Amino acid sequence: MSVADEISRRLRSAFQPTHLSVEDVSWQHAGHAAAPSGGESHFNVDIVSPVFAGKSRVMCHRLVTAELADLLAGPVHALQLSTKSV
Amino acid sequence: MLDTQTKERIQTEIAGTDVVLFMKGTPVFPQCGFSAAVVGVLSHLGIKFRGVNVLDDDSIREGIKHFSDWPTIPQLYVKGEFIGGCDIIREMYETGELMEMMNTHGIDVKPQPVS
Repeated sequence: MSVADEISRRLRSAFQPTHLSVEDVSWQHAGHAAAPSGGESHFNVDIVSPVFAGKSRVMCHRLVTAELADLLAGPVHALQLSTKSV
Repeated sequence: MLDTQTKERIQTEIAGTDVVLFMKGTPVFPQCGFSAAVVGVLSHLGIKFRGVNVLDDDSIREGIKHFSDWPTIPQLYVKGEFIGGCDIIREMYETGELMEMMNTHGIDVKPQPVS
């Protein structure tokens, strides 16, 4: 399973999003010091879920990154994140 | 892990200056696109801030993630309060909330004319 698929699987299960896009943008960072040659290191995630309603942005981001903690400590070097409730 | 010494150093940093950005590189020479983006926003708003280069110090680089319960760099603090990372700062800038928050905290904002 690709890292992007794993991110999608976890976020779907945790937040039942009404919209979710996970984009591997590692190619945009190829060659910089922290970018491994195999890619799968930089991701853009847009997620819309009712779970985020009434929560601050910081809180929403923390909920998402908590689901991905081991990935962020491992292969995922950067995560560009947008969390919305509608 | 966050040892007491690192925690105290971080607390001293965020207490010592109104606006502190933990970043990769320096405000003049950011070494990461996300850090550069936040420097760009703050500079554009004419906000005085102190940059702390986490690349200079591994204990700060790891410690700040535990301190803030936030896994990524950059991280912005205003008057000792964690505001967010790059995506949040950009969103707040676009909606005008960043300027509003700075005003509420009594931070001088002087938007720079676009040259």
